[in-house]
Amino acid sequence: MSIDALLTVRDLHVTLGHGARAATVLTDVSLDIPKGAIVGLVGESGSGKSTLAKTIMGIHRAQAGAIEFQGETIAGPGSRPRRSANRAIQLVPQDPYSSLDPRRTVGQTLAEAIDPRRARLAAHRDAVVAALEAVALDDTAVDRYPHEFSGGQRQRIAIARALITEPELIVADEITSALDVSTQAEIIDLLIRLREDKGLTMLFITHNLALVERLCDQVAVLLHGRVAESGPASQVLASPASDYTRQLVASVPGGPGFTLESPAP
Amino acid sequence: MTDLRRRLNAPLVAGLAIMAALAVVAIVAPFTLREAADTLGGAPRSAPSAEHWLGTDSLGRDVLARSLVATRLTLLMALGATALSAIPGILIGASVWFGPRTLRNLVLRLIDSTVAFPSLVLALVIAAILGPATSSAVIAIGVAGIPAFARITSNMTASVIHSDYITTARLLGVPRWRNFTRHLMPNIGGPLLVLGASSFALALLEISSLSFVGLGVQSPDYDWGRLLSEALPSIYSMPMIAIAPSAMLIIAGVGAMLTGDGLARHLDPWSSAPARAPRTGTVTTTAPRTSDLVQIDDLRVTAANGTPLVHGLSMRIGAGEIVGLVGESGSGKSMTAMSLARLQPDSVTVEAATLRVGDLDMRKGGRRTAMATDIGLIFQDPTRSLNPALRLGGQLTEVLTVHMSMLRRAARRTLVDGFERVRIRDAEHRLSQHPHELSGGMLQRTMIASALATNPRLIIADEPTTALDVTVQAEVLRQLKRINQDDATAILFISHDLGVVEALCDRVLVMHQGSIVEELTSEQLAARDVSHPYTQRLLDATPSLSLTDARQEDPA
Repeated sequence: MSIDALLTVRDLHVTLGHGARAATVLTDVSLDIPKGAIVGLVGESGSGKSTLAKTIMGIHRAQAGAIEFQGETIAGPGSRPRRSANRAIQLVPQDPYSSLDPRRTVGQTLAEAIDPRRARLAAHRDAVVAALEAVALDDTAVDRYPHEFSGGQRQRIAIARALITEPELIVADEITSALDVSTQAEIIDLLIRLREDKGLTMLFITHNLALVERLCDQVAVLLHGRVAESGPASQVLASPASDYTRQLVASVPGGPGFTLESPAP
Repeated sequence: MTDLRRRLNAPLVAGLAIMAALAVVAIVAPFTLREAADTLGGAPRSAPSAEHWLGTDSLGRDVLARSLVATRLTLLMALGATALSAIPGILIGASVWFGPRTLRNLVLRLIDSTVAFPSLVLALVIAAILGPATSSAVIAIGVAGIPAFARITSNMTASVIHSDYITTARLLGVPRWRNFTRHLMPNIGGPLLVLGASSFALALLEISSLSFVGLGVQSPDYDWGRLLSEALPSIYSMPMIAIAPSAMLIIAGVGAMLTGDGLARHLDPWSSAPARAPRTGTVTTTAPRTSDLVQIDDLRVTAANGTPLVHGLSMRIGAGEIVGLVGESGSGKSMTAMSLARLQPDSVTVEAATLRVGDLDMRKGGRRTAMATDIGLIFQDPTRSLNPALRLGGQLTEVLTVHMSMLRRAARRTLVDGFERVRIRDAEHRLSQHPHELSGGMLQRTMIASALATNPRLIIADEPTTALDVTVQAEVLRQLKRINQDDATAILFISHDLGVVEALCDRVLVMHQGSIVEELTSEQLAARDVSHPYTQRLLDATPSLSLTDARQEDPA
């Protein structure tokens, strides 16, 4: 556990569901997010990536272990799940089509992020315009509705909503997987720029290893709710220690080790 | 202004006009016509005349005046009853979603059982308990209408409450009550307004019914229902006395229903974003070869509103060839493939100079069997292409039993062989399972097996690996490659992922805005030997795994 970790996940166990339907989704998960770093979290569907994000956001409870944020325990037995009290961690959800209220203008949505109680756009217009400019949208966006924007633009708006609160940490849950490749590339470029300009700290959840390589400093590989491997991104991808990571890397079409020859039956 | 005119529709205008006219009558009539309506002593039961347009009732009062004066009380009662249904109903229906789960389940069950109970019977019981009075009619009908509002509100809340924007607002610290008024109500408000309008119409009739049977308005007050009941003794001799209040009821009912219908249309989801008109200009693909299995010339697909989706596309697929069709969403790649398989949506028009698979002319219908057996289809999401209620064996053997006249047992055997080819172990057992019992990758393999079962000459695979995990994707790609090598089955592989296409395909067609902009061999693609700027952009945007350890090379 590094000293300058902004967020530390320690031996986390999360069980979802009740009674007979309860299922352990995360087992002994440990992870550090250093300040100013982009940490990738990769794994396939059902590996527990989103559950970890939701536990960090206080949507799920942890049955054992702890999540510490700036030295304060925010999840784990005995701690209250974080709710509205602390806005320092912001979530950007996967689907840009369901993360913006269709009946509120972009300006209203961003104003609400600044002032959740009253959400008055007039009082925060300058800040809203600045936030939109930070994600390369201009001030004409303020009075328009989400359906007037493309998927990539909506995802920019969702990022602007997260940034406008000046969070310490952004949890990005598969934010590019619903987008076309060229739009995806724009979002990744935007994140790289934000990291340089604002020293963004981020947990970047994805199933795309190439994006991890392009964007992330650190990476943790999840398999069936356990961390199969973690470390500096370039090192984990170039010389994986676990069989599973090796298999993941070899499955990327066009990547090293990828072949379409069927193994002998 | 143009926006408003565009969105106001005929029923809404008509409904609002009727309701406005009735409102005017309700406000004005009691002031101006009260005397004519209540004064006794005219000639009883007189026929329509210049003085009494609709005649007089048994006590000599003007029938028309009484019907018009009754408008105010009737409408106010209906309005009151609707409010009494709507406000508690909406609050109950929405608030259960903000409370604990056990309470929610209990309340929802309760609501369901009360909805099943006829509301008029419930109202009769309530009215009987409260005793005949104007207020009891309103309370009875109002309370009886609560469950309908509660149920619809809770159903709609359920669909909205877990959407990301409400979760995000909650995480941002938006108070519950604010979340309710700011995000929830506006998003479920439309259907509730519609329900409000129709339950107003219903309340109108039900309150009139209560008054008619004597449980509602009591003399000397009168509403339309009471007027009807007064008219009953002389309905054969003096039909006008009954017709006037009935006509008013019908007009008000129609007005409310039209308003509801108009509101529903008015609040219909946003007009779709205008489709961009694709650029013209195409690349002719390789000159015809005799071995071409698929031949498409000048394919044009047009949307219902006249927007061209695919224009003038020509391509060939040789026997045993794997051709990739790449492009981003909206480029027309799926539309091209679906047109080739005659599976385009009903709303589009498909025209082509040639549209041929082998000797099948796909522009014509008929020869369904040949179409079903010559072309195999694999779709993006296997969970959506399979019926969740049926066992796999039944639905996957359908093509064999229907089109190849195989007996069930033979069809099953063929499919078991197919399953083994795509390396599904324990095939017999899998056939007796339901789709949800298999993983996504396994289901996609069963779809491939099923597509192969007829020994098709062409497989059209529309983003078959997009919904799959990367390790599973690699396995599915391997299966497709092996099938192609073993049986020389041609494959049209549609994808947005250049990496996947490069790995699998012999030849790649890049599609952009309804046209093929470039054709590449996989070698050209691998060498990044591309000329069209769009292809270049696409390549630049596609992240690839290089595995150079940047931090080791550059310690900074």
